[in-house]
Amino acid sequence: MPDTTISRTSRNRDGIANNLIVAVGVSLFCSVLVSAAAVILKPEQQRNEELYRQRIVLDVAGIYEAGGDIEAQFSAIDTRLVELQTGTYVSGIDPQSFDALEARNDPDVSIRVPPELDIAGIRRRSIYSPVYLVRDGDTLTQIVLPVYGSGLWSRMHGFLSLEPDGNTIRGLQFYEHGETPGLGDQIDKPDWRAQWSGKLLTDETGQLRIEVVRGKVIAGEGDEHQVDGLAGATLTGRGVTHLLQYWMGPHGFGPYLQKIAEGNANNG
Amino acid sequence: MADYRKVLLDPLVDNNPVTLQVLGICSALAVTTSLLPALLMCMAMTGVAMMSSAAISSIRNYIPNNIRIIVQMTIIASFVIVVDQLLKAYAYETSKQLSVFVGLIITNCIILGRAEAYAMRHGVGMSFLDGLGNGLGYSIVLIMVATIRELFGAGSLLGYPILPLAGDGGWYEANGLMLLPPSAFFIIGLLIWLVRTLRPRQVEKPDYQIHEVHRTEIL
Repeated sequence: MPDTTISRTSRNRDGIANNLIVAVGVSLFCSVLVSAAAVILKPEQQRNEELYRQRIVLDVAGIYEAGGDIEAQFSAIDTRLVELQTGTYVSGIDPQSFDALEARNDPDVSIRVPPELDIAGIRRRSIYSPVYLVRDGDTLTQIVLPVYGSGLWSRMHGFLSLEPDGNTIRGLQFYEHGETPGLGDQIDKPDWRAQWSGKLLTDETGQLRIEVVRGKVIAGEGDEHQVDGLAGATLTGRGVTHLLQYWMGPHGFGPYLQKIAEGNANNG
Repeated sequence: MADYRKVLLDPLVDNNPVTLQVLGICSALAVTTSLLPALLMCMAMTGVAMMSSAAISSIRNYIPNNIRIIVQMTIIASFVIVVDQLLKAYAYETSKQLSVFVGLIITNCIILGRAEAYAMRHGVGMSFLDGLGNGLGYSIVLIMVATIRELFGAGSLLGYPILPLAGDGGWYEANGLMLLPPSAFFIIGLLIWLVRTLRPRQVEKPDYQIHEVHRTEIL
């Protein structure tokens, strides 16, 4: 039932005063509504994000059972904190509660990445990083390392799973990025991710060779270090190459991987 | 009472926002590859349509004419953000699948269209029902499209296998086209055809008729 009692062109309603009152009133009300929702729901959202990260760790290690209790599955994984510069385990800090990304803002536990080394475009990093040790009984089967770096638009966050030799890749999976939908976000596609399995980070001489090539990998020398590029997402692929080169390099997990390769994963 | 029924039920078939007015097609293509995200999208969209129609209607007599669209958009955008936050808190994984499309409810022409065409001139209760009806009309189409696409594209519904896939030892060869956006176009097109065959009143009059000219007339 259309109401005709109030004229739509009444002077008062279209006056400047009423314009301002309605604009300010609506803005105030809406901002209170939005901020209230954001604040009230924040703890639940953070829990979800944490669970999602844990799921990706399980997933990249290939031990995630769909539908199962993520926390219970994750508790089987040994989370340790590594001092990146020396590659040794840190004791005295709870690795579960240490947030390496948050720590970037704290000058006491983070360092500036020298620009010439900062191929991943991260500027600062925490001096510690969590690592996730997957064991089958007592034998170490996989090491999952968190990695991040700039893609085309966004910072991409993911996990890389390595065999206990510290060189053979088991999987790479991103949990957060803002790459172009339909192009760069193909880094989430299972068939692209599947290519990483079995690739080697370094060659016999210890040179870090892992890269996402442009176009398809051509079989031949070095193809064990290469993964197909993504059509229409060359820069995202380059970002993946760079973040792996940084994090697996001497300024990243290099010293730790060295220790792993020597078989010191357990005592660091 | 007939009035309430009409406002609520009309948008389901007779005045469906998707099949008759052909609005909201963008999200109908994007989120209908499987049923679960489509269901969530429907709930989000219906929720926003109801709340924003009711809210806009409640202050319709105070909204100045020259800033009415921006006021409507502000209210709609706020409800969309609230819904987005709710999804992130209680349906995190599906909200990741829906990605930008929840945010894009703001630009869904159905909601702004109903606010401008209906809520600005009608009472709160009726506007609420109108939002609900249009949300449900949109939902019916989305659910139908998503059911067809997931069933024939992946052989499952809500993730549960219905047609055993050839890849897993069954007999059904999944139709990959169904998972690509064009299939939603085809299905919506067929739906519009079906609805207009059953309700010939919905067929638009041709814009113009080609006039057949005899050669003799030119001379």
